[in-house]
Amino acid sequence: MSAQPQTRAGAGEAFAAAFRERRGGLPGAGLAWLEGLREQALERFLAVGFPSPRDEDWRYTDVRVLARRLGVPSAGPGPVAEEAVRALAFEGLEAHRIVFVDGFLAPALCAVGPLPEGAAVGGLAEALARDPEALAPWLRLPEGADGLMALNLAFMTDGLHLRLDDGVVLDRPVHVIHLRSGAGASAHLRHVLVLGRGARATVIESVAAVSEAEAVDNQGTTVVLGEGAALDHYHVREAGPRLYHVGAAGVRQEAGSRYVSHDVTLGGRLTRSGIHVELAGEGAECVLNGLYVVGGRQQVDCHTRIEHRSAGAVSRELYKGVLDGRARGAFTGRVVVHPGAQRTDAEQANHNLLLSEDAEADSRPQLEIYADDVKCSHGSTVGELDETALFYLRSRALDEALARSLLIYAFASDVLERMALEPVRRQLERRLTERLLRPEEAEGVI
Amino acid sequence: MSSSSQHNIEALLKRRYDAGFVTEVEQETVPPGLNEDVIRLISAKKNEPGFLLEWRLKAYRHWLTMEEPRWAHVRYQPIDYQAISYYAAPKQKKDRPKSLDEVDPKLLETYEKLGIPLREQEMLAGVAVDAVFDSVSVATTFKEKLAEHGIIFCSFSEAVQNHPELVEKYLGSVVPYTDNFFAALNSAVFSDGSFVYVPPGVRCPMELSTYFRINAANTGQFERTLIIADEGSYVSYLEGCTAPMRDENQLHAAVVELVALEGAEIKYSTVQNWYPGDEEGRGGIYNFVTKRGACRGRRAKISWTQVETGSAITWKYPSVILEGDESVGEFYSVALTNNCQQADTGTKMVHIGKNTRSTIISKGISAGRGQNAYRGLVRIARSAEGARNYTQCDSLLIGDRCGAHTFPYIEVRNRTAQVEHEATTSKISEDQLFYLMQRGLAAEDAVSMIVNGFCKEVFKELPMEFAVEAQKLLGVSLEGAVG
Repeated sequence: MSAQPQTRAGAGEAFAAAFRERRGGLPGAGLAWLEGLREQALERFLAVGFPSPRDEDWRYTDVRVLARRLGVPSAGPGPVAEEAVRALAFEGLEAHRIVFVDGFLAPALCAVGPLPEGAAVGGLAEALARDPEALAPWLRLPEGADGLMALNLAFMTDGLHLRLDDGVVLDRPVHVIHLRSGAGASAHLRHVLVLGRGARATVIESVAAVSEAEAVDNQGTTVVLGEGAALDHYHVREAGPRLYHVGAAGVRQEAGSRYVSHDVTLGGRLTRSGIHVELAGEGAECVLNGLYVVGGRQQVDCHTRIEHRSAGAVSRELYKGVLDGRARGAFTGRVVVHPGAQRTDAEQANHNLLLSEDAEADSRPQLEIYADDVKCSHGSTVGELDETALFYLRSRALDEALARSLLIYAFASDVLERMALEPVRRQLERRLTERLLRPEEAEGVI
Repeated sequence: MSSSSQHNIEALLKRRYDAGFVTEVEQETVPPGLNEDVIRLISAKKNEPGFLLEWRLKAYRHWLTMEEPRWAHVRYQPIDYQAISYYAAPKQKKDRPKSLDEVDPKLLETYEKLGIPLREQEMLAGVAVDAVFDSVSVATTFKEKLAEHGIIFCSFSEAVQNHPELVEKYLGSVVPYTDNFFAALNSAVFSDGSFVYVPPGVRCPMELSTYFRINAANTGQFERTLIIADEGSYVSYLEGCTAPMRDENQLHAAVVELVALEGAEIKYSTVQNWYPGDEEGRGGIYNFVTKRGACRGRRAKISWTQVETGSAITWKYPSVILEGDESVGEFYSVALTNNCQQADTGTKMVHIGKNTRSTIISKGISAGRGQNAYRGLVRIARSAEGARNYTQCDSLLIGDRCGAHTFPYIEVRNRTAQVEHEATTSKISEDQLFYLMQRGLAAEDAVSMIVNGFCKEVFKELPMEFAVEAQKLLGVSLEGAVG
């Protein structure tokens, strides 16, 4: 909690003023509990300020570069052409489409098909207007929330609202597109995904920007999975080199539920992806896959925390990083096994490939274990391309560039191969190949 | 596990702390409290040269500006630094004993009870021993024999008197007084410790050893050890520690500095058995120690081996700064926490030179309500072309109320580096236990055998006598842990 006092005070004053000015127009205005929450969140932000590298959780990301650019939240969406949205569609994927521009739902760009009974897919602001009490349990300031998370709750403008009643299965995936038009300075989306018993869904979130202007995203997500529910959650970040994107997701899983996350970062100047999973019910399972392929001056910080709170839960975590140019990739993964969480089975791995002189990889795989009948392991490696493998390929008459690309591709595609959704996987594989084979077009990346 | 075998193991675990007696010798202590006068007093008592007093005062003033760190995975009551006496020495009739015959027989008896008969060591074992009782060094054996090789092995105070130029050159060169809160405190008030200098090309003909003993109540022990291995030399150094059983906590904040010049090798082994407190966590030593070595030349090597079974809280990271090209750092550790003990220990390997290598093998055993954390940093600087690190940390859990934690930090800034980290956590498998018991081993023997097997990689790094002691210690410390 040691952001520079001047920065904190200055930023604090600007945000407090913006809050006073905007609060009446924010979704859910007039709801006592929500106004209370927003005020509480703002106070929290004013008290703790922005995180700094002196905070253990932010050791590898200097948020000050982001904080400097984090102007007051944008007041409304800027213009975005439909082509920009279509360009982000996954070939061959039939999906409900929800589009947010600068932190606001853009109804004209959305396309939601017929939904089964007991399913709601739409914007959070709309849901708050319709049935605010149903959302009350899921909108809370988490204990120990950092300044960015608090700011998100204070200013949340909109977000994805997905609600499935018990037993409802959403066959078509939901494709959420986050676009920045360049207007406004910061966007604060809050997503709430609540799946009842045995409900199932797939959600893909794409992060992109249509303008080259500097912009900051500060997103928060709450996922609640009832008994036996299952959610496949994809994040694909392909924004240009001037987007600063922070996302913090909290996932709570009841017994027998399954949460699968695929977290892919290819673009953006600075990306912080936080996932905090609570395995609250017996036999819950979570799978966190991550891939970051970055270069230039890009920075990625993947921060995960998995809490095994009850017996027999399973967690699997694999994050891989490819770092070129002056990129910096950080991984922090903590697995906590609480007392009584016997028969826990947890595996965690982080592997990094350094391609250049100036790239840096930081890795903190962590285990915190308070139960004895557990199987927990973690592993981490950092290295460069294997010389012997390179030699082998060259001896088969592949030129050096191609041989290198092939090896990098093999390293990275390991994570993509775990994706169940074929169109998303294929597109990402294609994107990766393009980038490896035509490095000059990738803006200094790879 | 059957209830009878549980019972047996519990009985084994309830064994008492053998080194927990108090020796009644006349003590000379300064009253509790810390201020510049106390530091001047300590310095004056030891007749120190001016540079050292200045250094102590600088450290003290810096310490006043620092805050006690709170980031470790340990919990303890706040320490009242004004309630500690910073100097305790057994009163001696003359200035210092000239030979063992002049040492207070009660002290010698103490060391005999601890299993280090100085005389016997001298005669048989060929291990040179420096024994530190509370704050001062009481006896050093084999000094003459070592002197023939040009090796200096003496108490720190003697080194200050006889070799001030070496002390001035190297003191604080690896652990500056600004390093951390406890190192700063130590720099201000350290009272004694061991000093070793091995001249170029000399291979130290015997193991050097120090036994530390905290005897007096309400005192802290702040020893300082400095080992310098000059070019191409080799030395193996052992330290062991014990303290009496008391209800209050006592602070042990030592600093150990190692300097290995080109081609030199230092092997530093610790068997730490400070009083761990009782089953309810009352009393025990707070072992907050800063240990660091610097490989200052090509092909220098520093190897830390530690067996940590004692102390209420162990909080230390023996580290190696790999400056010289092709230098090597090693860390082998067994840390055991039982009852209410807590440990947050590990190492730091900082790779700066080219083709530097480091190996980390850490074995944590948690039993009872013990909390055991491995925390380690592997940093590969941009300059560390071709650096290599391998880390393995395994944790063994015995009982469902203990904790085992692993917090590695890996920071790599050179792509030619290869860094690997692996960790596993498991309990003693029922299958292994069943297999051994079915071959006729009692439950406690079976557990002991499995635990020893788990620690084998580390024990084999210890010199023979220590390895035997470490195994015994582990057995004793594990009392009551299985169930």
